[in-house]
Amino acid sequence: MSALMAAAPHLADSAPEPRAARRADTIATLRDVRRRVRRRRVLLVTALAVLVVALFLVRALLGDYRISFVDGIRMISGTTIPGASFIFMESTLPRAVMSVLAGAAFASAGAAYQSMLRNPLASPDVLGINLGASAAAVFAVVLLGWSGMPVTAVAFLGAVAVAVTIHGFAGRGGAATGRMILVGVGLAAVLSSVVHWVLLRADVYRAQDALVWLTGSLGSVTWSEIARLGAVVAVGVPLLTLVTGRLGVLALGDDLASGLGERAHRLRALVTTLVVLLTASATAVCGPIAFVGFLSGPIARRLAGGRTSIPAAALVGAAMVLAADYVSAYAVPGTAYPVGVVTGLAGAPVLIWLLVAQRRSTQETA
Amino acid sequence: MTVRATTAPAMPARADRGTGPQPAASAHLTGEVSRGGRVPAPVIVGVGLLGVALIAVVSLLLGTQSVAPGAILRALSGGEASTEVRGIVDSRIDRTVIGLVVGAAIGVCGVVLQGLTRNPLAEPGILGINAGAALAVVLGIKFFAISTVGGYVWFALAGAVVAAVVVQLLALLAPVRAQPVTMALAGAAIMATSTSVVGAIVVSDQGALDVFRFWQVGSVAGRNWSIVTEVAPFLILGFILCFASGRTLNAIALGDDLARGLGQRVVLHRLLAATGAILLAGSATALAGPIAFVGLVVPHVVRAVVGPDHRRILLGSLFAGPVLVIAADTVGRLVAAPSEVQAGIVCAVVGAPFLVALVRRMHVS
Amino acid sequence: MTATVPTTSGPATPGPTATGAADSARPADATTLSAESLSLAYDKRVVVEGLDLTVPSGRVTAIVGPNGCGKSTLLRGLSRLLPPASGRVLLDGQVIGDLPTKEVARRLGLLPQQPIVPEGITVAELVERGRHPHHGLFRQWSREDEDVVADALEATELVDLAGVAVDSLSGGQRQRAWIAMALAQRTPVLLLDEPTSFLDIAHQIDVLELVRDLNAREGTTVVMVLHDLAMAARYADHLVAMCEGEIVAQDAPAEIVTPEVIESVFGIAASVVTDPTTGDPVVIPHRRKRELT
Repeated sequence: MSALMAAAPHLADSAPEPRAARRADTIATLRDVRRRVRRRRVLLVTALAVLVVALFLVRALLGDYRISFVDGIRMISGTTIPGASFIFMESTLPRAVMSVLAGAAFASAGAAYQSMLRNPLASPDVLGINLGASAAAVFAVVLLGWSGMPVTAVAFLGAVAVAVTIHGFAGRGGAATGRMILVGVGLAAVLSSVVHWVLLRADVYRAQDALVWLTGSLGSVTWSEIARLGAVVAVGVPLLTLVTGRLGVLALGDDLASGLGERAHRLRALVTTLVVLLTASATAVCGPIAFVGFLSGPIARRLAGGRTSIPAAALVGAAMVLAADYVSAYAVPGTAYPVGVVTGLAGAPVLIWLLVAQRRSTQETA
Repeated sequence: MTVRATTAPAMPARADRGTGPQPAASAHLTGEVSRGGRVPAPVIVGVGLLGVALIAVVSLLLGTQSVAPGAILRALSGGEASTEVRGIVDSRIDRTVIGLVVGAAIGVCGVVLQGLTRNPLAEPGILGINAGAALAVVLGIKFFAISTVGGYVWFALAGAVVAAVVVQLLALLAPVRAQPVTMALAGAAIMATSTSVVGAIVVSDQGALDVFRFWQVGSVAGRNWSIVTEVAPFLILGFILCFASGRTLNAIALGDDLARGLGQRVVLHRLLAATGAILLAGSATALAGPIAFVGLVVPHVVRAVVGPDHRRILLGSLFAGPVLVIAADTVGRLVAAPSEVQAGIVCAVVGAPFLVALVRRMHVS
Repeated sequence: MTATVPTTSGPATPGPTATGAADSARPADATTLSAESLSLAYDKRVVVEGLDLTVPSGRVTAIVGPNGCGKSTLLRGLSRLLPPASGRVLLDGQVIGDLPTKEVARRLGLLPQQPIVPEGITVAELVERGRHPHHGLFRQWSREDEDVVADALEATELVDLAGVAVDSLSGGQRQRAWIAMALAQRTPVLLLDEPTSFLDIAHQIDVLELVRDLNAREGTTVVMVLHDLAMAARYADHLVAMCEGEIVAQDAPAEIVTPEVIESVFGIAASVVTDPTTGDPVVIPHRRKRELT
């Protein structure tokens, strides 16, 4: 190893200058790599943020009833504009805000889970955490006849229960991630059976109400729900972002992670807590919106050049739900579909694109 | 995107890694290789037939309405019986026959799917087959006003086959090593799309919802056994292809490269086996709706008993599948009497603890 | 090496002793690692039982033995990845399991046998992760970190590959990247599990030279599992021969590498000759006699 020899003490003696120069080069290279990565991340997050803002404005202002930007600002600051105020303040604006919050919550939770479990399939919805909320909520709505706040609470508890089960059964050690996935997939299947069964027991009107919720809908959003989810997102997403740095260490495997001073089990518990908090809060309010948690992470990773970026994923999720909600509300005149119908429909081609793009990139490297 | 071959995510990668130079990767994975004895085929057939016969008798004798065994036996042997008893017996014969066929089809299909994907979790649900069938059934209900089980059959079969073919084609896009993951991803995509379209339709159509929700739970009840004859050609072809694939599966368990080295025409044989599995899964879903977990549980249980040879596992699953489905149906009739819990739900509830136990025994290193 | 001396001060002071002394964080009486009547088990399968070992500080130790003898398990036990079934592992006289894990990670580095290759990240990023134990939740990337990483990259000849994705490297390059990461961790003790497996002879020598060099410059205590007895004899100061979960013999290579020990550990007949240039023992395995009669 020539460089080693050069770095070896006795040789360093005779050639100090080239060594210093070389060190400067190395540092420059390192900084260059760091800068490239950072620049791409900043660029991506900025671009996505612009996209989300644009979609937000479209969603909030350009409904059936068009509202000018200035009027929108005036209404937010308290002015009442007859005709416009009700639509804007009670429908389009809360829906737009909710879209951003729910999208960010599902997406950041999904991206963090996929990254933690080192598996692109392992988003909370695939592992049954959303379904835990669904099953509990449907049970409460259909069989117990509950509505409103208690349903939200029950849905939240359902998601938590599933997460605790997954985490508890997976145990510790190197195989824990694999076991978490298997247990989660199994629970998801059981819970969807339970949901189907409950739907079967209900009278058809209630079943239909439950179904709207099950598909994921922003139809009946209230400001107090927004405030609640807003608080969770405001705390959860930044925390998750902070923790993903450490997830990068977990990606090296449990052994190496603990060699680097990270307790894999504890870190997983921390991430799971945040993920469940976000997923459960969002699901409790607007139902499990299909595909957002599953796809945002991979899309953001693809855009970020293979790195997990929670802010990018959150923005992708927000953009996804905003766009889907707009389409679901206005695409078919006279019929308002639940937003989950649109994300599910749009998600499939995106997934296929990801598969094809992956094929292309493997061929390039081959 | 993260689905790159080199980092094939935890689950399938583990399955790969578990492939030592023993047959049956997944058996190795569950640590059951050593315990599985070499049960001779005649014994499997004998015990299997006995088991199926026993459970069939139980299924005929028990139900939501209690009828004296004597009356049932008289009705069965063509003797005198009241119309009521005859009706009950006929419906029990129907569901027993359908449970038998459906169980056998899903059990065998599960063995092939797990073998082909080298993934211990593969089953019709994961590969989007049930979702495709569900979508087609809803379209049938909505646009062709189908409301009888006999009418669903063709829609379900067509939907299942289309979905399975799409998943296969998408999997072919991926490099060989990434195919199991890609398949699962494609299955998930089909599932989500189908769920969305189904949702879009039934949310705005109460009538369709009312018909569909009874289909989607998966049940062997309420069907005349003669609908089996409608899908019989597919079933027969499916069984033939699957049973012919035993050797292929044994070779594939060692990895595709090694299988090729052993002189297998891997691509062709994979295709044939997959076709068989799709036909069976499609027919079963057409007959009973989506029944979860049978395709997952049966191969694992059978493997634990008969050892890692896929030919024996196929044979064993042919009998174990019906036993499980008929038992689930019978239990569902009893637990909630006078109403019923559908076989699909019983299977899921019974299957879950099993899955957890399976996972806990796994020595994924 | 310059990492311990600010680069702005010009060329580094040569010589391992000088560098070692310059590093105030590392006392002269180096970190110690030992095991006391250590038993290790997976579930209920006991792999190592009642083992005592004191790792010689500031030396390179190689653990050798046949497949399945518990070498890697012992390493996992020493690195607190596997909690002891009984007995204890002491790091600087304290029970390793009782120390905060980050604290351990600053003193004891570890390279597992088959680390997972994370996708998409560059060599530079991978090596930077070696600085993880030195960072808190909010601690910023510092000049010192940069220097240490540069050091590790230079020592492993990876500077030119710094911007390349780890998953596109060749086997040898990848192994060097892992070692660079371990180097960036800057621990006085480094545990390596089969660092040369899957490498050709030239790359094996590269890696082992790197280890020796690290030991010479920094006084790093190295414990590595090797299954190649010849390489172990050549590159280690101290050999630990294991068989069926027990230490059969441990001493300097010249003492350990004898036909008798080889026979008892590996069950093969071999001659041992002395390398005329270095004086190291060289193992020459005999062909098994075919029973033709």
